[in-house]
Parts: sequence; structure tokens; C-alpha cells
Amino acid sequence: MATTETVQKVSALEAEKYRYGFTTEIEMDFAPKGLNEDIVRLISQKKEEPEWLLEWRLKAFRLWQDMPEPAWQKPDVPPIDYQDLYYYAAPKKKDGPKSLDEVDPKLLETYEKLGIPLKEQEVLAGVEGAPKVAVDAVFDSVSVATTYRKELESHGIVFCSISEAVKTHPELVKKYLGSVVPYSDNKHACLNSAVFTDGSFVYIPKGVRCPMELSTYFRINAQDTGQFERTLIVADEGSYVSYLEGCTAPMRDENQLHAAVVELITLDDAEIKYSTVQNWYPGDENGKGGIYNFVTKRAACRGRNSKVSWTQVETGSAITWKYPSCILQGDNSQGEFYSVAITNNRQEADTGTKMIHIGKNTRSRIISKGISAGRADQTYRGLVRVMPNADGARNFTQCDSLLIGDQCGAHTIPYIESRNPTAQLEHEATTSRISEDQLFYCLSRGIGEEEAVALIVNGFCKEVMQTLPMEFAVEAQKLIGISLEGSVG
Amino acid sequence: MSLLKIENLTAEVDGKEILKGLSLELNAGEVHAIMGPNGSGKSTLSYVLAGRDGYEVTGGSVTYDGKDLLAMAPEERACEGVFLAFQYPVELPGVANTTFLKHALNARRKYRGEPELDALEFVKAVRGKAKELNMPDDMLKRPVNVGFSGGEKKRNETLQMAVLEPTLAILDETDSGLDIDALKLVSEGVNALRKPDRAFLVITHYQRLLDYIVPDKVHVLSGGKIVKTGDKNLALELEKTGYAEFSGEAA
Repeated sequence: MATTETVQKVSALEAEKYRYGFTTEIEMDFAPKGLNEDIVRLISQKKEEPEWLLEWRLKAFRLWQDMPEPAWQKPDVPPIDYQDLYYYAAPKKKDGPKSLDEVDPKLLETYEKLGIPLKEQEVLAGVEGAPKVAVDAVFDSVSVATTYRKELESHGIVFCSISEAVKTHPELVKKYLGSVVPYSDNKHACLNSAVFTDGSFVYIPKGVRCPMELSTYFRINAQDTGQFERTLIVADEGSYVSYLEGCTAPMRDENQLHAAVVELITLDDAEIKYSTVQNWYPGDENGKGGIYNFVTKRAACRGRNSKVSWTQVETGSAITWKYPSCILQGDNSQGEFYSVAITNNRQEADTGTKMIHIGKNTRSRIISKGISAGRADQTYRGLVRVMPNADGARNFTQCDSLLIGDQCGAHTIPYIESRNPTAQLEHEATTSRISEDQLFYCLSRGIGEEEAVALIVNGFCKEVMQTLPMEFAVEAQKLIGISLEGSVG
Repeated sequence: MSLLKIENLTAEVDGKEILKGLSLELNAGEVHAIMGPNGSGKSTLSYVLAGRDGYEVTGGSVTYDGKDLLAMAPEERACEGVFLAFQYPVELPGVANTTFLKHALNARRKYRGEPELDALEFVKAVRGKAKELNMPDDMLKRPVNVGFSGGEKKRNETLQMAVLEPTLAILDETDSGLDIDALKLVSEGVNALRKPDRAFLVITHYQRLLDYIVPDKVHVLSGGKIVKTGDKNLALELEKTGYAEFSGEAA
């Protein structure tokens, strides 16, 4: 039967198939392995940080040492030897590139291999007449190239690495850093606070609609280098920005820890649209060598009528632990979470969102599409909490799971807490399979099995995919096909 | 040479023998009807020809256009010009009808070494055919068969057939679930596709479809075999007498 074959073929999927498994040889400037106060001081010193930030890092580090690992997620996380990781690695540079011409050509080659669309490569390469997508490329731990800064600056927009922002806009960083995700939030966020090495900072001034999509490609490159990115986006009153984050990583034998923190803040009438396509190395068919993706992403909709929309397409990582959330403080504020998560082979994902309704007439919408194949296991975990003052709060949640084969798992765990009698909360959940009927229907029209699965899965995810910005959606559609390659043939 | 030659075909489903030595010959340009009582093996025959998993051929042969049809994967058969219009067309949530058609058509073009159609050429081609079938544009944008009425589903099958231009079309109980108006519309669509180099195998339980799609030959399938073959008048005869004289074995 087709389903049996599917299962067999899923199990046959091998690590070689991971297209992005390659390493770029660039000399690294390492701090020694392991973590202690000296390392934290070293990072801060290398970054030429002010005293307050060092103190903040140290507080985080001291708290982190005694903090237990989160244990409520479904996947068993193997113990992590934090002393066996590097916490600082930066591409070696003479004085730092003054322009893109000075960017290591190998780096540009890397982006090419990653399949970054040509137009984005052009942007990166600074080709004249390239489309306006600003790329703040994060290569391992240090931002190497930032484009279009001038044009953004003319609108008063700040888009730079967070280390740079610490120097150029200390008042903004000091005001907002850790204000949405405090360093004490959870063990992973706490570690990030102590040792974050880079990430992006965005500030959109009052009334400004950012004229282009801001885009960052993350990439883990040095062996055993933990990646601790920190992203902070502030949208001032009446402003709008769409931010794209995409990532992929080379093949590894050792599990690599990624503990990023993303904080978003919207003031009155502001909107942030944050889109992620995540394709980190998922490990081989036994799950060996994949990335641990333990990310804390949270948005504070502080202003009235403000809005944050998270869209994620998650196809990579051995273990994903990720709950992009919205704290809806401002009256009439809105939070959205659109998610596609694909797990294959031995991948495990525990992902979802939290929508905390505090302000009046706050609205949230959750659309989650989970696809599980091989022996993968996936959990949607979502919290909708309505606080006593959140009169007229509304939530709509829809969680759909699609199973390919009979050895994978899908679980939906919604937590719903309403403390206000006027709240209206809706939750819908379905679990289905790609049926033999559907596959045969496609085959009988001449469409091969692999293409058929990609077609059916893309159809299943359509609601989420159409929330992605155009240039990202095409990439993401392809990625869905690639992630399920071998799940049938 | 006949387009389709089935010889002494035997096939089983879940270990149960359903086709028990079926033989049939169909020439290009002809329309043959296969009629038979429930459980006689009509749908099994259509699935065996289309290559569905679980329908296991245990003996006999099927030659299509000079090739061994049974040696081909289902998608190859489709690309070679075999088309099965489903009795129960399948829903594909979220997959736009045009997207599906485009994948199907381009798969076939690729198989034949032809360049894929670009979006514009494709939309033009499909719109024209949809118009002929009286299908509104919004039906093209809707997900495949999702929320379609019985009549819409069958019209959609006909549209796919029109776009994919098969050499051999197998219509599996196309009349089931259709009211008389829908039946007429679908039949007109099918008749418009009749061509000297295309053949139809029309599988039906009832004679009424054959009032609209007039066959060159009628075969009675019972107990997994063709037990009688005649012209279109055989269908009218069956309408009067029923399948009683054939069904003893199949019950």
C-alpha cells in the first residue's frame, strides 16, 4: 500500500539529503570553551559595552547557574554540557569591512549555497538596482554586512546589529532590552542574556512606515558554537515594519545549541509583522547531530490599537522549543500567530504561542499547521489567557495536524484561562492524514508521489503561507517540498 | 491494432478475487460501455487499469497502445494518456483547482519532453475549456472538489479530462449522484471530447447515461467476466430485464 511505502521511504531518508550541509572555512576568533564570569566579561569587553550592560549580563549569568532546565515540554532534551561550548566566535577581520567589497568572498559564496534568492544576493553584493530588501547578515556571531542603512536612516529608521545599537542608541537599548523577556524568564533566555553576542536592532520612529522588508539571515557556522542571538524591535507610535528572518546551518556531528531571544514592542497604533523561515540542520535519520532550537520570542503590544503578527515556517532542528507570544496590554491591540511546523525522521517540535489578553477589546488569532512524518513527534502547546480587566477579549484558535505514515505523532495541548466573563474564545483542532485516495488521485493525473505530497501539504498550510511576504512565500513553499523529500520516494 | 486489449485479466483485492478472466478490446475512436450489477467488478476494473495500490493483478495482460500497461506506475499511465474520471472525486483542501491542473498538465508535458506552460498560457487554455463546460471562473480558484456539489465534481472531472486530453478515458459511474440537468451537461462535455484518436470506456450501472453518451458497444460484466457483448440496444434490453439473468454468480 502507498502508506506502507511512504513509511519505508521516510525511514530511508538520509542526512546527505540535507542540501545545506557544508562548512565555510573562515578563520575564527574564539574565546576558550566553557562558561564562567570571565567569559561573560570577555564578551562584554570585546563588544566594548557600557558597565550597565555588563552588570545585566552578570546578573543573568549568576541566576542562570542555579536555574533548572525547563522540563514541561514533551521532547526529552539530552543534558547539555554548557562547559563544552564556545560562547564567542567571530569571523577574523582586519579592521572590519568598510563596504561590501571587503566582505569575505567565501561568505558571499555561503549565501549562494544557501539558495538565498538571487535578488537578495544582489542586495548583499550591493548590485546597483537591486530590490530594496535590507539584509543584516549575521554570520556566526557578528553582523558582517548591513545594507541600505543610508536609505533607512533618511526615514529615521535604525537597523543595525544590537552591539552597534548599544553604542549608537544606548538610551533605546537600555529602555527596552529585557523589558519583554526579562533575563529571569527561563533558563534559555537567561543564558542568552548573559552571553548574547549579536543580533539585530530595529527602531521605527513615530508615524514611519518602513519602506522595505527588513531581512536577516542567521547561520550557525563554527563547530560547537552556541548561537545566542538577541533581536530587539521597537515600533514607535503609528509605525509599521515587516521583518523577515531566515536560517539554515551546515551539517554537524555535535548537537548545537541555539538559544535566541526576540523582543518586539509596539506602541500606540504601531504594527510589527515578523516572519521566520527556519531550516536548521535537523540531524540524520536517527536525529543525530541536529540543532537544538530553544528560542524565546515575545511581543509586547503596549500601545492602543497596536498589532503584532508572527508567522513561522519551521522545518529544521532536531528539537524545537519555541512559543512566539503576544502580551496584549494596549486596549484594542491584536496578536496573531501563524505557524507551519514540519517534522520528519526523528525531529521533535514543541511549539505554539501564548496570547495574554490584558487590555480591553484585545483580539488574538492562532492558526497552527503541524505536519509530522517518519518517526517525528510534534506538539502544539498554546496558552490563551484573559485577565480580569480584558473586557470583550476575543480569541480564535485553529490547530490542524497532518500525519504522513503511522509512526509519527501529533499532539495539541491548548491551555485556556479566562477570568473575564465577556471574553469569547474559540478553539478548533483537527488531525488528519494524507489519504491514499488523495495520493492516488494525484498520481492518476500524472503527478509523481513526491510532488503530490508537496502539493497536498502546501494546500494544508495555505492559510499560513499566504501570510508570508511574497518573496519569502515562494522560498517557503520550496522548502516544504525539500523537507518532505524522501518522505515518499 | 486495438488501443486497449485486455486478455484474461484476473485481479484480487484484499486476497479476494474480483476479476476472473476478463477480456476486452477497444479501438481508437470507439466508446464502449461496461454495465453490470453491484459487486460485479466494474470499479475494480477501472482501478486496475489506472494502477491503484491494493488492486493486485494475478494473471492476464493489458496492452495499451502497444505497451504493457500493467508494467507502468500509475503516474506513467496518466502521462501516457490514460485518464480515470472518478466515481467519487477526491477533495484536496487548500490546493486550488488551477494549481492542481497546472501540476498535472506540466507533469505530462515534462514526460513528453515538452516545455512547461507558463502561468499565462495555462490560464488561457483552462479558461477556454471551463467556459465550454459552463464552469464559472471561481470554480477554478476554489480548492479541488472541496465543497463542490455532486454535479460540480463531475464537471470538474470533465474539465480535467478536457485539459489533459487523454487517449483513453475511463468514466467510472460518472452518472452517479447526478440529476438530469447535470447529467446532460456532463454528457455534452464528454461528447464534445469524442475524437477519432480517443477512446472511452464508460462504466455505468444504469442505462440512462447511455441515452446521452451513445456507445458503439455494450459489455455486460458479471462475476468478474464479460458475459455478454452487444450494441447500444443491449443496454435498453438490460433496462427492462435487469441483471437477474447474469447476477447469480456475482451475488
